[in-house]
Amino acid sequence: MIVTNIDSVPGKRIVEHFGIVQGSTVRARHVGADLAASLKNLVGGELKGYTKLLEDARAESLGRLIQQAQQLGANAIINIRFATAAVAQGAAELMAYGTAVRVEE
Amino acid sequence: MDALIYFILFIFVGYISGTIIEKKHYLDIEVREKKYLNLPAISSKNIEDESRILSANLVSGSVVISLDYFKRFLAGLRNVVGGRIHSYETLLDRSRREAVLRMKENASSMNADMILNIRFQTLGVGQKANKKGNIGCFEVVAYGTAVKLKPGT
Repeated sequence: MIVTNIDSVPGKRIVEHFGIVQGSTVRARHVGADLAASLKNLVGGELKGYTKLLEDARAESLGRLIQQAQQLGANAIINIRFATAAVAQGAAELMAYGTAVRVEE
Repeated sequence: MDALIYFILFIFVGYISGTIIEKKHYLDIEVREKKYLNLPAISSKNIEDESRILSANLVSGSVVISLDYFKRFLAGLRNVVGGRIHSYETLLDRSRREAVLRMKENASSMNADMILNIRFQTLGVGQKANKKGNIGCFEVVAYGTAVKLKPGT
Protein backbone atom coordinates (compact mmCIF):
# COMPACT_ATOMS: atom_id res chain seq x y z
CA MET A 1 0.00 0.00 0.00
CA ILE A 2 1.48 3.32 -1.12
CA VAL A 3 0.33 6.25 0.99
CA THR A 4 1.00 9.87 -0.02
CA ASN A 5 -0.44 13.28 0.65
CA ILE A 6 0.23 14.64 -2.82
CA ASP A 7 -2.10 14.38 -5.82
CA SER A 8 -0.39 11.44 -7.45
CA VAL A 9 1.78 8.44 -6.91
CA PRO A 10 5.04 9.64 -8.45
CA GLY A 11 6.25 7.50 -11.29
CA LYS A 12 3.07 5.47 -11.52
CA ARG A 13 -0.06 5.98 -13.57
CA ILE A 14 -3.42 5.89 -11.81
CA VAL A 15 -5.72 3.40 -13.55
CA GLU A 16 -8.77 3.39 -11.27
CA HIS A 17 -10.40 5.66 -8.68
CA PHE A 18 -12.37 4.26 -5.75
CA GLY A 19 -13.42 7.55 -4.17
CA ILE A 20 -12.92 8.75 -0.63
CA VAL A 21 -11.91 6.46 2.21
CA GLN A 22 -11.64 7.36 5.86
CA GLY A 23 -10.50 5.97 9.17
CA SER A 24 -11.03 7.44 12.60
CA THR A 25 -10.59 6.75 16.28
CA VAL A 26 -11.78 8.50 19.43
CA ARG A 27 -9.35 8.55 22.33
CA ALA A 28 -9.66 9.75 25.88
CA ARG A 29 -6.68 10.65 28.02
CA HIS A 30 -5.98 8.49 31.02
CA VAL A 31 -5.34 9.42 34.62
CA GLY A 32 -1.62 8.66 34.63
CA ALA A 33 -0.90 10.88 31.68
CA ASP A 34 -3.07 13.55 33.21
CA LEU A 35 -1.16 13.61 36.50
CA ALA A 36 2.07 14.11 34.60
CA ALA A 37 0.34 16.78 32.53
CA SER A 38 -0.77 18.81 35.52
CA LEU A 39 2.79 18.72 36.85
CA LYS A 40 4.12 19.81 33.46
CA ASN A 41 1.60 22.63 33.42
CA LEU A 42 3.63 24.00 36.32
CA VAL A 43 7.16 23.57 34.98
CA GLY A 44 6.56 23.57 31.21
CA GLY A 45 8.07 21.25 28.64
CA GLU A 46 7.09 18.31 26.53
CA LEU A 47 4.34 15.91 27.62
CA LYS A 48 5.76 12.61 26.39
CA GLY A 49 2.72 10.62 27.52
CA TYR A 50 0.37 12.70 25.42
CA THR A 51 2.71 12.69 22.45
CA LYS A 52 2.81 8.89 22.52
CA LEU A 53 -0.96 8.63 23.02
CA LEU A 54 -1.77 10.86 20.06
CA GLU A 55 0.85 9.25 17.85
CA ASP A 56 -0.65 5.82 18.53
CA ALA A 57 -4.13 7.12 17.87
CA ARG A 58 -3.10 8.68 14.60
CA ALA A 59 -1.36 5.48 13.53
CA GLU A 60 -4.55 3.58 14.30
CA SER A 61 -6.76 5.88 12.22
CA LEU A 62 -4.27 5.54 9.37
CA GLY A 63 -4.40 1.76 9.81
CA ARG A 64 -8.20 1.78 9.51
CA LEU A 65 -7.97 3.98 6.44
CA ILE A 66 -5.60 1.52 4.79
CA GLN A 67 -7.84 -1.39 5.76
CA GLN A 68 -10.84 0.26 4.14
CA ALA A 69 -8.87 0.94 0.98
CA GLN A 70 -7.72 -2.66 0.83
CA GLN A 71 -11.32 -3.88 1.05
CA LEU A 72 -12.10 -1.81 -2.03
CA GLY A 73 -9.22 -3.40 -3.90
CA ALA A 74 -7.03 -0.29 -3.98
CA ASN A 75 -3.25 -0.45 -3.84
CA ALA A 76 -2.55 3.22 -3.05
CA ILE A 77 -4.10 6.13 -1.20
CA ILE A 78 -3.41 9.66 -2.38
CA ASN A 79 -4.08 13.11 -0.98
CA ILE A 80 -4.33 12.08 2.66
CA ARG A 81 -5.44 14.68 5.21
CA PHE A 82 -5.63 14.50 8.97
CA ALA A 83 -8.44 16.13 10.90
CA THR A 84 -9.11 16.37 14.60
CA ALA A 85 -12.14 17.28 16.65
CA ALA A 86 -12.67 17.60 20.39
CA VAL A 87 -15.84 15.57 20.90
CA ALA A 88 -16.11 15.63 24.69
CA GLN A 89 -14.22 16.91 27.68
CA GLY A 90 -10.88 15.16 27.55
CA ALA A 91 -11.58 13.13 24.42
CA ALA A 92 -10.58 13.80 20.85
CA GLU A 93 -11.39 12.25 17.53
CA LEU A 94 -8.52 11.75 15.15
CA MET A 95 -9.49 11.15 11.59
CA ALA A 96 -7.61 10.49 8.38
CA TYR A 97 -9.16 10.62 4.94
CA GLY A 98 -7.91 10.27 1.42
CA THR A 99 -8.65 8.99 -2.06
CA ALA A 100 -8.22 5.30 -2.73
CA VAL A 101 -6.80 4.51 -6.16
CA ARG A 102 -5.27 1.66 -8.07
CA VAL A 103 -1.99 2.32 -9.82
CA GLU A 104 -0.32 0.15 -12.40
CA GLU A 105 2.38 -2.05 -10.94
CA MET B 1 -2.05 33.75 53.20
CA ASP B 2 -1.18 30.15 52.41
CA ALA B 3 -2.61 30.52 48.94
CA LEU B 4 -0.39 33.51 48.28
CA ILE B 5 2.72 31.64 49.37
CA TYR B 6 1.88 28.71 47.08
CA PHE B 7 1.18 31.11 44.25
CA ILE B 8 4.56 32.82 44.60
CA LEU B 9 6.27 29.43 44.92
CA PHE B 10 4.57 28.15 41.73
CA ILE B 11 5.52 31.31 39.85
CA PHE B 12 9.12 30.97 41.00
CA VAL B 13 9.40 27.26 40.16
CA GLY B 14 7.67 27.86 36.82
CA TYR B 15 10.00 30.71 35.93
CA ILE B 16 13.22 28.85 36.74
CA SER B 17 12.32 25.52 35.16
CA GLY B 18 10.45 27.03 32.22
CA THR B 19 13.40 29.22 31.26
CA ILE B 20 15.88 26.36 31.55
CA ILE B 21 13.69 23.99 29.54
CA GLU B 22 13.09 26.54 26.79
CA LYS B 23 16.77 27.45 26.43
CA LYS B 24 17.80 23.79 26.30
CA HIS B 25 15.11 23.07 23.76
CA TYR B 26 16.19 25.89 21.47
CA LEU B 27 19.83 24.77 21.61
CA ASP B 28 18.79 21.22 20.82
CA ILE B 29 16.59 22.37 17.93
CA GLU B 30 19.39 24.43 16.38
CA VAL B 31 21.85 21.54 16.48
CA ARG B 32 19.36 19.12 14.93
CA GLU B 33 18.20 21.60 12.28
CA LYS B 34 21.79 21.92 11.07
CA LYS B 35 22.05 18.15 10.89
CA TYR B 36 19.03 17.89 8.60
CA LEU B 37 19.85 20.80 6.28
CA ASN B 38 20.49 18.35 3.44
CA LEU B 39 16.92 17.02 3.67
CA PRO B 40 14.76 19.78 2.20
CA ALA B 41 11.15 19.93 3.32
CA ILE B 42 8.90 21.99 1.08
CA SER B 43 5.23 22.85 1.16
CA SER B 44 4.52 22.59 -2.55
CA LYS B 45 2.99 19.49 -4.02
CA ASN B 46 5.22 19.00 -7.02
CA ILE B 47 8.84 19.29 -7.93
CA GLU B 48 9.80 20.41 -11.42
CA ASP B 49 10.66 16.99 -12.72
CA GLU B 50 8.47 14.19 -11.40
CA SER B 51 10.36 11.51 -13.26
CA ARG B 52 13.21 11.93 -10.77
CA ILE B 53 11.08 10.43 -8.03
CA LEU B 54 11.66 6.78 -7.25
CA SER B 55 9.16 6.17 -4.45
CA ALA B 56 6.90 8.05 -2.03
CA ASN B 57 5.61 7.49 1.46
CA LEU B 58 3.72 9.40 4.15
CA VAL B 59 5.74 10.65 7.15
CA SER B 60 4.65 12.59 10.20
CA GLY B 61 6.02 14.00 13.40
CA SER B 62 4.20 15.29 16.43
CA VAL B 63 4.86 16.86 19.81
CA VAL B 64 2.76 17.91 22.80
CA ILE B 65 4.20 20.86 24.68
CA SER B 66 3.02 22.71 27.74
CA LEU B 67 3.62 26.22 29.01
CA ASP B 68 4.97 26.84 32.51
CA TYR B 69 3.03 28.49 35.29
CA PHE B 70 4.89 31.80 35.17
CA LYS B 71 4.38 32.33 31.46
CA ARG B 72 0.75 31.35 31.67
CA PHE B 73 0.35 33.97 34.38
CA LEU B 74 2.02 36.57 32.14
CA ALA B 75 -0.27 35.61 29.28
CA GLY B 76 -3.23 36.02 31.61
CA LEU B 77 -2.09 39.58 32.36
CA ARG B 78 -1.72 40.22 28.64
CA ASN B 79 -5.36 39.26 28.16
CA VAL B 80 -6.31 42.36 30.09
CA VAL B 81 -4.36 44.93 28.11
CA GLY B 82 -4.02 43.16 24.76
CA GLY B 83 -0.97 42.94 22.52
CA ARG B 84 1.63 40.34 21.65
CA ILE B 85 1.95 37.36 23.93
CA HIS B 86 5.62 36.61 23.52
CA SER B 87 5.59 33.48 25.66
CA TYR B 88 2.98 31.78 23.47
CA GLU B 89 4.83 32.84 20.33
CA THR B 90 8.05 31.13 21.36
CA LEU B 91 6.11 28.08 22.53
CA LEU B 92 4.37 27.69 19.17
CA ASP B 93 7.59 28.38 17.30
CA ARG B 94 9.59 25.69 19.04
CA SER B 95 6.83 23.12 18.95
CA ARG B 96 6.39 23.56 15.18
CA ARG B 97 10.12 23.28 14.64
CA GLU B 98 10.27 20.22 16.85
CA ALA B 99 7.43 18.58 14.91
CA VAL B 100 9.20 19.25 11.61
CA LEU B 101 12.43 17.82 13.02
CA ARG B 102 10.70 14.64 14.14
CA MET B 103 9.13 14.30 10.72
CA LYS B 104 12.57 14.71 9.15
CA GLU B 105 14.00 12.10 11.51
CA ASN B 106 11.30 9.66 10.40
CA ALA B 107 11.99 10.49 6.76
CA SER B 108 15.74 10.07 7.07
CA SER B 109 15.28 6.70 8.78
CA MET B 110 13.67 5.54 5.54
CA ASN B 111 16.49 7.17 3.50
CA ALA B 112 14.29 9.79 1.88
CA ASP B 113 15.84 12.67 -0.08
CA MET B 114 13.06 15.22 0.16
CA ILE B 115 9.71 15.89 1.80
CA LEU B 116 6.85 17.35 -0.25
CA ASN B 117 3.56 19.01 0.68
CA ILE B 118 4.07 19.67 4.36
CA ARG B 119 0.96 20.39 6.38
CA PHE B 120 0.65 21.51 9.96
CA GLN B 121 -2.12 20.87 12.39
CA THR B 122 -2.64 22.07 15.93
CA LEU B 123 -4.87 20.49 18.54
CA GLY B 124 -5.53 21.70 22.08
CA VAL B 125 -5.28 18.86 24.60
CA GLY B 126 -5.35 18.54 28.35
CA GLN B 127 -7.59 19.58 31.16
CA LYS B 128 -7.76 23.24 30.37
CA ALA B 129 -7.99 23.03 26.61
CA ASN B 130 -11.75 23.09 26.38
CA LYS B 131 -12.31 25.89 28.84
CA LYS B 132 -12.79 29.34 27.49
CA GLY B 133 -9.73 31.56 27.14
CA ASN B 134 -7.37 28.89 28.36
CA ILE B 135 -4.68 26.89 26.64
CA GLY B 136 -3.51 23.95 28.73
CA CYS B 137 -1.11 22.42 26.31
CA PHE B 138 -1.33 21.59 22.67
CA GLU B 139 -0.22 19.16 20.06
CA VAL B 140 1.43 20.13 16.80
CA VAL B 141 1.55 17.62 13.95
CA ALA B 142 3.55 18.02 10.79
CA TYR B 143 3.04 15.58 7.95
CA GLY B 144 4.16 15.27 4.38
CA THR B 145 5.22 12.90 1.64
CA ALA B 146 8.80 11.68 1.84
CA VAL B 147 10.23 10.86 -1.56
CA LYS B 148 13.32 9.05 -2.69
CA LEU B 149 15.01 10.45 -5.77
CA LYS B 150 16.73 8.42 -8.45
CA PRO B 151 20.46 8.32 -7.80
CA GLY B 152 22.52 10.71 -9.89
CA THR B 153 19.76 13.23 -10.60
